[in-house]
Amino acid sequence: MSFCSQLAVLFFMLQLPSVMADALAPQLGKPISTDLVAGIGPDGQGLPRGAGSVSEGRIVYEAHCLVCHGPEGKMPGNALAGGRGSLATDRPNKTVGSYWPYATTLFDYINRAMPYGNEKLLSANEVYGVSAYVLFLNGILDDDESLDANALRAVVMPNREGFQNVYSVKSSD
Amino acid sequence: MQRSNGLLDRRAFLVGSAGLVSATVLAGTQTKEPWRSGPGQPMSAYGSPSPYVSLKRLQITGHPLAPEAGASSTPLERLNGTLTPNSLHFERHHSGIPNIDPSRHRLQIIGRVERPQSFGYEDLLRYPMVSRILFIECSGNSYANTLPQALDKTAGELNGLFSCAEWTGIPLRLLLEEAGFDPKSDWLVAEGADAAGMNRSVPLDLALEDAMVALFQNGEPLRGEQGFPMRLLVPGCEGNLSIKWLRSVEVRKGPAHTREETSKYTDLFKNGRADQFSLRMDVKSVITNPSGQMGLPNHGVYEVSGLAWSGHGSIDSVDVSADGGSSWRRAEIQSQPGPYRPVRFRIPWRWTGQPAVLQSRASDSAGHQQPTRAEALTNSAPGLTYHYNGIQSWQVAQSGRVSNVFL
Repeated sequence: MSFCSQLAVLFFMLQLPSVMADALAPQLGKPISTDLVAGIGPDGQGLPRGAGSVSEGRIVYEAHCLVCHGPEGKMPGNALAGGRGSLATDRPNKTVGSYWPYATTLFDYINRAMPYGNEKLLSANEVYGVSAYVLFLNGILDDDESLDANALRAVVMPNREGFQNVYSVKSSD
Repeated sequence: MQRSNGLLDRRAFLVGSAGLVSATVLAGTQTKEPWRSGPGQPMSAYGSPSPYVSLKRLQITGHPLAPEAGASSTPLERLNGTLTPNSLHFERHHSGIPNIDPSRHRLQIIGRVERPQSFGYEDLLRYPMVSRILFIECSGNSYANTLPQALDKTAGELNGLFSCAEWTGIPLRLLLEEAGFDPKSDWLVAEGADAAGMNRSVPLDLALEDAMVALFQNGEPLRGEQGFPMRLLVPGCEGNLSIKWLRSVEVRKGPAHTREETSKYTDLFKNGRADQFSLRMDVKSVITNPSGQMGLPNHGVYEVSGLAWSGHGSIDSVDVSADGGSSWRRAEIQSQPGPYRPVRFRIPWRWTGQPAVLQSRASDSAGHQQPTRAEALTNSAPGLTYHYNGIQSWQVAQSGRVSNVFL
């Protein structure tokens, strides 16, 4: 065997594992941009630029949300506000203010799923504003406050410590 | 036999029913039914049930202002075996069924990956696939049995947010590896393409173990209501995790705490605290025959049969009681058990006409045994129960009528 063909065999052997991996994986994915998210979590990654105030949010709320959630966010079945202190009673009332652990969830959910029947309608500013208004209805923001990405991330929700992540408990046991 | 209130050994059932069968055959030979002569119907492009069989999903309930946001249940008491026909698989939609053109749908793998990328439907059809028989159960299944009063409903109306199919798809691990996921990550977020944009966080280790991007259900491409063109399937876990109409999988550190995994699918206890990410469905069983709203026409031998499953592994055994749990007898498990794969259990029972309460109690390979209703509800906050897996009790009245009962 010539030196060249010995080299070729050696080269082939070295390459073999990755060649096999390539052969088994169709590799049909197309590259896409690197900043996409599938959900906005407590770290706020994926929150867009922009801002909205409680008073701006009130206008959005009255136009798009009031019909299902009621004037103060207390429509039974669709309640957004109230219920503080009710979780350990005979009539627990789970609302944004009484139950939700993170305010970032408000932006993520309104932005993707509301208003019902006309989803993906609101601008980033409008979503910040209506998130601020829902927090105002829960006594978490004052009426002269507003939200942007940093302010939203910094909100400490009343029931932040109310949950135990039992999946992590199970995995570390 | 006395002690177990009529529950019998399976061999007794097979011997005991032989005489009945031969009597029927003799009577049948004397008549000439119209279908025994002349041509029948020709072939059809897509089959349908016999005109004598009317099957439908039950308890189709939508929101008063949004009928497309709701659920429908599998009629468990009308089926046998373990697989659910595709037309009868339970549904739960948060914003109706999107009408997705597969040529315009893409699946994105994003977040903490070296090579964020997207795949078309036709691309994914070229990937290596696996097939598994798995249940999907809604976390809110059997909710009615957590209420103070027992509702007189059928097995399917009460427990039918549970179905089973052979799912075929691509191991999610393959696509994550192709994108070069960061092994220091610990969660994913999966997102659907419906108007609700349903999104849930999934532990990365769970996803790497056996989650799949499912493309086929019982052999055919997914139905629209089951996520066409593709859905996530996380075996053994609450149905909401198996995101339908899957469009994005984001690799990340920590869960996103989406609305569904905070506001909704969490378990609130009487002390005001809640468990989050209680993802696995606990061991459970239900007798489907005889069951709620049925009537036993006469005294004699019946086969008691039902379904058992667990999100913690395989079903080990199922015991059946005909006296409300005072005594138990081991049922026969006739189908092949496997992880997250439901089994069909059967046991013969002689009904003498006395009132009885039929119950089944399953145990799984992780050592869990199905609790009584009282045990299952011990710590739960009132009216807010997910993951209810208490024993289902069916009362048989002297008249033969069967109804849901709380003991």
